[in-house]
Amino acid sequence: MDLTWSPAEQEFRADVAGWLQANVPSEPLPSGDTAAGFALHLEWERKLFDARWAVVSWPEEYGGRSASLWEWLIFEEEYYRAGAPQRVTQNGIFLLAPTIFEFGTPEQQDRYLPTMASGEESWCQGWSEPDAGSDLAGIRSTATRDDAAGGWRLNGQKTWTTRGAFCTHLFGLFRTDPSAERHRGLTYFLVPLDTVGVTVRGFGRLDGDEGFAEVFFEDALVTDDLVLGGIDQGWSVAMATTGSERGLTLRSPGRFMATAERLVALYRERGPDAVDGSLRGRVAQAYIDSEAYRLQTLQTVTRVTGGDPPGVESSLTKVFWSELDVSLHEIALDLLGFEAELESPWMKGFEFALSGPIYAGTNEIQRNVIAERVLGLPRK
Amino acid sequence: MEFGFTEDQLAFRDAVRDLLAKECPPSVVRAAWTNADGRSGGATSGGGAWHALGAMGVLGALVPESAGGLGLSELDVVLLAEETGRAALPEPFVEHVFVGAPLAVDDHPGVVTGDVTVTAGDPLIPWAVSADVVVRLDPDPVIALGTDAKFDAVSSVDGARRLARLVDATESRPLTREELSGAFWRGNLGYAAQLLGLSRQMLDLTVGYTVDRKQFGAAIGSFQAIKHQLANVRVGIEFAAPLVYRAAHSLAADAPDAAVHVSMAKAQTADVAKLAARAALQCHGAIGYSYEYDLHLWMKRAWALAGAWGDAAWHRERVARAILDVK
Ligand SMILES: Cc1cc2nc3c(=O)[nH]c(=O)nc-3n(C[C@H](O)[C@H](O)[C@H](O)COP(=O)(O)OP(=O)(O)OC[C@H]3O[C@@H](n4cnc5c(N)ncnc54)[C@H](O)[C@@H]3O)c2cc1C
Repeated sequence: MDLTWSPAEQEFRADVAGWLQANVPSEPLPSGDTAAGFALHLEWERKLFDARWAVVSWPEEYGGRSASLWEWLIFEEEYYRAGAPQRVTQNGIFLLAPTIFEFGTPEQQDRYLPTMASGEESWCQGWSEPDAGSDLAGIRSTATRDDAAGGWRLNGQKTWTTRGAFCTHLFGLFRTDPSAERHRGLTYFLVPLDTVGVTVRGFGRLDGDEGFAEVFFEDALVTDDLVLGGIDQGWSVAMATTGSERGLTLRSPGRFMATAERLVALYRERGPDAVDGSLRGRVAQAYIDSEAYRLQTLQTVTRVTGGDPPGVESSLTKVFWSELDVSLHEIALDLLGFEAELESPWMKGFEFALSGPIYAGTNEIQRNVIAERVLGLPRK
Repeated sequence: MEFGFTEDQLAFRDAVRDLLAKECPPSVVRAAWTNADGRSGGATSGGGAWHALGAMGVLGALVPESAGGLGLSELDVVLLAEETGRAALPEPFVEHVFVGAPLAVDDHPGVVTGDVTVTAGDPLIPWAVSADVVVRLDPDPVIALGTDAKFDAVSSVDGARRLARLVDATESRPLTREELSGAFWRGNLGYAAQLLGLSRQMLDLTVGYTVDRKQFGAAIGSFQAIKHQLANVRVGIEFAAPLVYRAAHSLAADAPDAAVHVSMAKAQTADVAKLAARAALQCHGAIGYSYEYDLHLWMKRAWALAGAWGDAAWHRERVARAILDVK
């Protein structure tokens, strides 16, 4: 066991920190869940890309640095420590990209990865439907073969699509074989949102920002080159994406460590005398939990770099980070006392944290997965 | 021993419940988020729940009969506050009925009908700008009786509340110690009752939704993971309500422990309301997280009231002092 960073890794950290210190906007950007804020965030993403910090773990040819997973973790730690803007490209670079690396054709990789990294094209996730949330295999949107037109006709509706109103592209699941068993007969499509027959309506999330969208498909034509990973193979392709969503890539420890540090700063600022004694232990516990998350990640990365792909443990991770995020913010609001109800970054963060136990597979579903597939408890 | 409400008290509650069902459906609460004053009359509707409550006498319920009020006690109005919580009524109900009206009635008899509105804050004052009379408990407890009050507006997570700090008022008088203490504990009782009503409503809404919503071919309410979360909220409510009702009784009877009893009620209801908000959202899934769905209107009121006038930790500390420290 060696819990130290190598000189090369330390140098990498210093490079990252130096660049961020010189470039992170001094004032926080407006929310990326608004049209104006999204545009400003994309400008920032472009700046990251130009300096080759947008996607450090990707190969150079796509704008990355071929950084190791360890270096990626270091990058993330520094990114959040610096208070840099939220990544509005996250659903592309963290969720779709790993899937394109794994299942995409070389043409698809060349076509989509560089523009995704630069933010020139931005991706939203079109999985959920009004009647298919937790029960993802219950989706009803269809893709029907249209030989004459040389492609597939999409029909149906997606919803809860994060930042769908601002993105240029959607990756989604559609039913290509209605006669097949629920999990079979699904296909993963890459859909430009300006396709004729696609309509997007943005709507408000808990905090009122327009971070959700509904996407309607009416005979929208998509060509064969927009199929990712093969016809009727959508479920297994999608499961690769959920591995990234629940596990390592979407929520790296740096995010929670930075929040824990801010919580500690808030505690000091309020003054130990002014706050209730019971809060002291809760701040410490949240700090312990963020350490636990970081250490568990180091363990996972050790295994993954040793050739053991991440699996069902991503459900353990998802439950832990989402609960941790809620409690970090809950404690901060309790520190704020009667001022907690005022609009503030902590309140906004709390509202967002509350969605963590819902998106990326609800925590009830994750607990069922843990019970059945990690512990081997009976399914019924 | 008899720990229950009289038929009159229950009938009064039912009347207010019916009134609110008519005058304050969720659409009124939602409209208050964007209208001019954050209240139930709205810019266009003209009437509103406030005047209907005034016509019923509710707004002067704690004002002595000699001053034109109903001369009732905290025990008679606690259930009414609970109903206003259930409806998420966007009005300074507790601030007016429990706190301000009895203090202001000598100068402004119109508080009894609601023609004059009183609000109160400690120190953040909801609906301050639209009110006629403002009570500030902290800092420097005063009642501002004139029209010259100046405010600094701040934004609450609850878009209806229209918070402000009172920064200046020449036409005002300081509150006496007794007035301050009565106002503070009665206000906290009112908030505890509203938190209880908010919790009940969030639970009811969620039970209704989870019966209807199907996933995996079954109502999601049939899954134990949902059942247990909602059952926990129900248990929480069951053991918050009696603390609220006892606190109302203690205040009405001027019992020596009344303040501690209010603290117990406020600590418990603040916690259960937060739990109810969390469970309601989680059991709804994404629909509960959307602005177009009503749940968030209740959640945000619950968050606001849970912290107002002493949060759970503060009130628990009051209880701790009373029961732990050597007298
Ligand atoms: C902030 C946010 C962003 C999102 N972004 C996207 C996006 O970009 N793209 C996208 O496709 N989707 C997105 N979603 C949708 C998300 O994937 C769904 O909310 C999630 O899958 C749950 O589905 P649902 O909301 O329909 O809830 P339901 O599936 O209706 O669940 C409601 C409740 O029932 C419980 N439940 C359901 N089934 C079971 C069971 N078998 N056992 C126990 N409990 C059960 C759930 O855990 C939950 O508590 C987002 C959601 C949120 C909140």
